[in-house]
Amino acid sequence: MTNQEAVFEYCLRIGDTSLILGQRLAEWCGHGPILEEDIALTNISLDLIGQTRGFYDYACQVENKGRTEDDLAFLRDDRDYRNLLMSEQPNGDFGQTILRQFLMSSYFSLFFAELAKSKDETLAALAQKSLKEVQYHLRHSAEWMLRLGVGTEESARRMRLAVDELWLFTEDFFDTNEVDDVLLKAGIGVDNRMLRESWLSLVKSKMEEAHLSVPENSYAIRGSREGKHTEHLGHLLAEMQSLHRAHPGATW
Amino acid sequence: MPSATVDSINEILKTIPDPEIPVISIVELGIVRDVQINADDSITILITPTYSGCPAMMAIEQDIKSVLQQHGYNNIKVKLVYSPVWTTDWIPDEAKEKLRQYGIAPPAHSTSDKSVLSLHPRAIACPRCGSLQTSMVSPFGSTACKALYKCESCLEPFDYFKCH
Repeated sequence: MTNQEAVFEYCLRIGDTSLILGQRLAEWCGHGPILEEDIALTNISLDLIGQTRGFYDYACQVENKGRTEDDLAFLRDDRDYRNLLMSEQPNGDFGQTILRQFLMSSYFSLFFAELAKSKDETLAALAQKSLKEVQYHLRHSAEWMLRLGVGTEESARRMRLAVDELWLFTEDFFDTNEVDDVLLKAGIGVDNRMLRESWLSLVKSKMEEAHLSVPENSYAIRGSREGKHTEHLGHLLAEMQSLHRAHPGATW
Repeated sequence: MPSATVDSINEILKTIPDPEIPVISIVELGIVRDVQINADDSITILITPTYSGCPAMMAIEQDIKSVLQQHGYNNIKVKLVYSPVWTTDWIPDEAKEKLRQYGIAPPAHSTSDKSVLSLHPRAIACPRCGSLQTSMVSPFGSTACKALYKCESCLEPFDYFKCH
């Protein structure tokens, strides 16, 4: 695998994850529990889809086969997608959406802080840009997790359920394959295995504040690196891609 | 076509308002990063997004092309750059004053100030009555770059341009 091929795959992992999470959050549009949170979740969605465009644009450049951002978003099937499995999980209730956001934003705040030091200048710049936004998302979701976790009996119960629903997708964050090995050696990629410990201590401290415990020895579902997804991604793509599939080449 | 210099193009760009906050220009906002006059007389304008998903970027690109065309410059390229990363530290004090007069509380401090790391930074003055008795309604507002506040003194809600 060449550096170029690995960078392409790396951009897909990041861009696919932010696109799918952004699409999920956009489903909240008009359904937020209060107007301010409706606006917050869709604002986060907008940031994420913006980040996607940067990584897709770069993926298309390094691939150099004439594909565009739209081709990547709308003309690939679920097995071609490299998004983290957690991003495709259904929204559930507001608490579950907040927990998903907290777990993913905390991972990406650590990931982008490392990628910002990449020898690849474009990846470093995109990471710096994304980092500022993701840190804001993290603060927002951590505040809500705290409020819900120590709020009422009902909100605490739902947050514990959300932990049970989502925790099994966290190990998938830290899986590596040849792409990681190639890029780590070239000083381009992040040492993903190293992130696990700092992520776990960050997440543990915030979850303890919110009276939530981190499951131990939980069953883990993984496979995003190879494009092995849960059943939810196909449904999401069917909706997201329907217009482009019905009207190939449609643009704004 | 008039002969272009970096300064003459910059002067024109300074007249282009931000599509969402029309009291300040895209130059004051720090979106325009550089102007390059190329050997073939074409002109390249480098712009950077405020937030990754800022939906105004496309409008800004079109505005730049159409305004420069009105001044007789037809061969314009607009290129998006991501580095250095946009920050509200680039907004000059005069532009912050224009924001305040428009009813948007300007970024209260520099991003090197660690209090920005909190969701609730130090007191933000109400752009209407100047009171520091204000509170955050939501960390997200009407556009990606703003948060929503309200004034406890004059009771008006207002936008706050987040430090970023």
